[in-house]
Amino acid sequence: MAIGLRPVSDARGRRFAHPQVQDAWAALDCGFAQVADVFEECASEALASFGAAQMAAYIEAARGLGKLGRGAEPMLIFLQEWPAVVAAARGDVLAPVLDLVKAMQKSPNGGAIAGFLQTLAPVARRLQAIEQLELYLDLVRELMQRTSTSIHGRHITFPSPSLPVFCRQAPQLLGLLSLGGLRNWVDYGILSHATHPERQEEYFALQSADSHAILQRERHGTLFVDVERKLELWLRALWREGELLVPYSTAFDEIRQPLPYYDSQGMRVPDVLDDAHGIAGLDRYRAVLAHMVGHRRWTLPQIADNWSPFQRMAVEFFEDCRVETLLMREFPGLRRVFLALHPKPAPGACDPQTTSCLRHRLAMLSRALIDPDHGYTDAVLGEFVARFHGLLAGAGASTAEVAQLALAWVAKTRRQSDQLARVHFADTVIDYRDDNRQMWRFIEQGDEEEAFDEERRLQRSDEPVGLPPRRYPEWDYRSVSYKPDWTSVYEALHPSGDAGKIDRLLARHAALANQLKRLLDILKPQDKVRLRYQEEGSELDLDVALRSLIDLKSGAMPDPRINMSHTTAGRNIAVMVLLDLSESLNGKLANGTQTVLELSQEAVSLLAWAIDRLGDPCAIAGFHSNTRHEVRFHHIKGFSERWDEPVKARVAAMQAGWSTRMGAALRHAGHYLAARKADKRILLLLTDGEPSDVDVDDAAYLRADARRAVDELAAKGLTTFCLSLDPKADDYVSEIFGRRWRVLDRIERLPEQLPMLYLNLTR
Amino acid sequence: MSNREQFLVKAEPFYQAQGREVELYAAAYAARLPVMVKGPTGCGKSRFVEYMAWKLGKPLVSVACNEDMTASDLVGRYLLDAGGTRWLDGPLTTAARIGAICYLDEIVEARQDTTVVIHPLTDHRRNLPLDKKGEVVEAHPDFQLVISYNPGYQSLMKDLKQSTKQRFTAFDFDYPEAGLEAGIVATETGIDAATAGRLIQVAQAARNLKGHGLDEGISTRLVVYAATLMRQGVAAGDACRMAMVRPITDDADIRATLDNAIDSVFG
Ligand SMILES: Nc1ncnc2c1ncn2[C@@H]1O[C@H](COP(=O)(O)OP(=O)(O)O)[C@@H](O)[C@H]1O
Ligand SMILES: [Mg+2]
Repeated sequence: MAIGLRPVSDARGRRFAHPQVQDAWAALDCGFAQVADVFEECASEALASFGAAQMAAYIEAARGLGKLGRGAEPMLIFLQEWPAVVAAARGDVLAPVLDLVKAMQKSPNGGAIAGFLQTLAPVARRLQAIEQLELYLDLVRELMQRTSTSIHGRHITFPSPSLPVFCRQAPQLLGLLSLGGLRNWVDYGILSHATHPERQEEYFALQSADSHAILQRERHGTLFVDVERKLELWLRALWREGELLVPYSTAFDEIRQPLPYYDSQGMRVPDVLDDAHGIAGLDRYRAVLAHMVGHRRWTLPQIADNWSPFQRMAVEFFEDCRVETLLMREFPGLRRVFLALHPKPAPGACDPQTTSCLRHRLAMLSRALIDPDHGYTDAVLGEFVARFHGLLAGAGASTAEVAQLALAWVAKTRRQSDQLARVHFADTVIDYRDDNRQMWRFIEQGDEEEAFDEERRLQRSDEPVGLPPRRYPEWDYRSVSYKPDWTSVYEALHPSGDAGKIDRLLARHAALANQLKRLLDILKPQDKVRLRYQEEGSELDLDVALRSLIDLKSGAMPDPRINMSHTTAGRNIAVMVLLDLSESLNGKLANGTQTVLELSQEAVSLLAWAIDRLGDPCAIAGFHSNTRHEVRFHHIKGFSERWDEPVKARVAAMQAGWSTRMGAALRHAGHYLAARKADKRILLLLTDGEPSDVDVDDAAYLRADARRAVDELAAKGLTTFCLSLDPKADDYVSEIFGRRWRVLDRIERLPEQLPMLYLNLTR
Repeated sequence: MSNREQFLVKAEPFYQAQGREVELYAAAYAARLPVMVKGPTGCGKSRFVEYMAWKLGKPLVSVACNEDMTASDLVGRYLLDAGGTRWLDGPLTTAARIGAICYLDEIVEARQDTTVVIHPLTDHRRNLPLDKKGEVVEAHPDFQLVISYNPGYQSLMKDLKQSTKQRFTAFDFDYPEAGLEAGIVATETGIDAATAGRLIQVAQAARNLKGHGLDEGISTRLVVYAATLMRQGVAAGDACRMAMVRPITDDADIRATLDNAIDSVFG
């Protein structure tokens, strides 16, 4: 694969080595060179996780997006983002997404398609479940329909002023609000700014006071995503459970609040829980999980067919109390939480003359079964509480045994009025308990195994080459927020050339190499360094000891510090050298013979040679970019590789082209460096200019993003240092790198200066 | 002779066997085979060796290894006194001379060039050359070498050399099963068995997180500390947080989880 600019024309004729990628490319029927450039990687990522049918649908959807007459963007974004959406949503939502795109295209809102697709993956990551993502799609559609206005008497509809901004803000908003909260916030915005396009836009861009106020109002409770790790740790620590947790939305089903449940896909919990009855949201989540853990441990499914609905309801209440009793045995502290959340119905609250009181009786019984101080005086209740505890004493009984007790209870307390249509519900819903769907087996319906359409995944051996793109956010200083997943970084091993070329270059610098060698020998870690004049040490320092002995013999005060000890002077440094390989490196030096690229090759070779002699782990990589959709990251030397022929061959093949999207490259390099274990981890960037890219007009934007990336790396304990070859760099370089930079004024001295710089930095 | 005397374990240490390690160790000692005791921090390795020394009636010379330790710290060195220089045996040499069990605790903490000095003592040679002194110490017939190390904790940089490992027979220790461990804590500290069991429950919650944010769980030693604090009248929650949770993690989510485990266990 050649680096540098590729021919723009004739993208349909582009050839790909892997047959499946080639087939997909043919099916895509795409003339955009921009898409062709990244297609191999996108297709590889998709092929690795999609089955054949899903893959075909993916390509077909992309093809359609390419024919909307909106340029390459919608197709490109879709190709890049979709696998991530599917992974985050844990399922396929292609059909509803395409539906929505179609609706946008048909309305005057087609311009919002690219922006909508762009944030879908981060939105999906926030929502984490396919059902939630579908609700989000509904919300977008509703917003679009309600804010696209038409003026009376004229057949023109105006695009929604708020749709594009909303899509852009959605990931950030979902970081603060549950889906329900988001819907309320959207509602308010639509209703109060229906006739004012500018105000509406401001509201949805979070730039107006009422927008912030509503946001604060809707922001309540504990969001699942914010405590997910805590909950996972808690399940593992207390219960040794490694189950997947999947949130569901609590806001869209007002008549019947969905209940938690679990199945083979994981444990389903509400997306947000408010503090209630003095119990914090986090502890309410824990109660929900504990209860389900109890069932998973101790509940054996029962055959439902022979029992009436009333009997089943009673069995569920008894079994719920049984597992909670066992849970509290293991962790007594749970009782406080359960009791705070469990309603305590008043004995006389339900009138059996007019109302079905079954639920009421069961809720009281349930309370009494887990609360030693329940205070109820009903004799039958007392009898069953005693029988329950008798049954559970010792091993804790079984689901079947407790079910028999439940049936006895139903027989004993049955009332004619239980059949009444009016059911007493108040204080009978125990909302931390799951819906008990796992407790029942229905014979008649037939327990069919869930049929999986197990499509054959790609075998390892026929997997195409090319790593899937990594996506990084970009910092937008104007909105003071990250644009999630904004850049796609493609990485690959740099192609190889003639290693001999590098040896010839190095030979030209023999004198310099000799000079460096002397310096290196000084810096090279000595296994041991002597610490002399120690009162206590590992060895006698004979010189000093003799002197002291003489002193002693001649009656003078001897120096007691006659020992010495050793310490190691090891260097514990890992360095990543990151090379800007943008087009400007092809420029010639003032002397007219050499290019900056050639000079960089020499400098990097000398540096790599020097570091290799020192023994510091060192990696080298180059980068350049062609819009945010295509940041290329070339691995030239890995940390574990020596400075040897294959590495030299890669340096020899270095080429320059395209632009400098610095932030993305810094983040990706930092990703590798952060994985190293070393006391000092240094990212050394060699560049000849400021960040720039063809899809960005505002130079300050990429500078601010690079600055942000440097800060992110610093937060990870990585030190970034920039050596700039741009004589005008002073204007901006400190804005990005703080105090950690140097500008090389005489570029011809780069081969000498780069290694020296490194040695000085790490002295 | 008095030198030997001073290294004898006087009183019987309390040691709760976890399996057949006592008889197996005795067999290894009878053949004077070097022994390696592997296991996480604070699971009873040192206590076991101490107990075995007592049971076999042999002196015990213990060395806590560390990074700054040099070969001289083990073997010995010249010191200066009024009459000139004087050789002082290091603990390894002493053990070899008097026929002690020499216990090198956490051996991987020492640098590898230090650990090689033990090699001649661990094979048929059973001797220790004192290069500086020009003497070769032949090991006493009772001498035995025991090392301990924690395979889970150390970095890749700090593993035992294969050539060193290959010289030892080995025991794999782990935290005892809950009932046994509670018994140990109760006996060590005099706390009641039920409370000891609760403390173990908290420790196990942390051990379940090993590899999920914790390098090591809560050791038996830390549980003993917590129980000791409670015997001093410290409330259970405070004792657990101070002795068991705070020492092992700075991760806020893990701390919250273990704090909740404490509250859940002690109600
Ligand atoms: N099997 C055991 N019998 C008695 N005490 C034990 C046992 N295991 C652990 N302990 C207790 O744990 C503490 C730490 O054990 P120790 O042997 O020092 O750990 P290690 O050497 O494995 O780091 C001991 O002081 C003792 O209180
Ligand atoms: Mg120890």
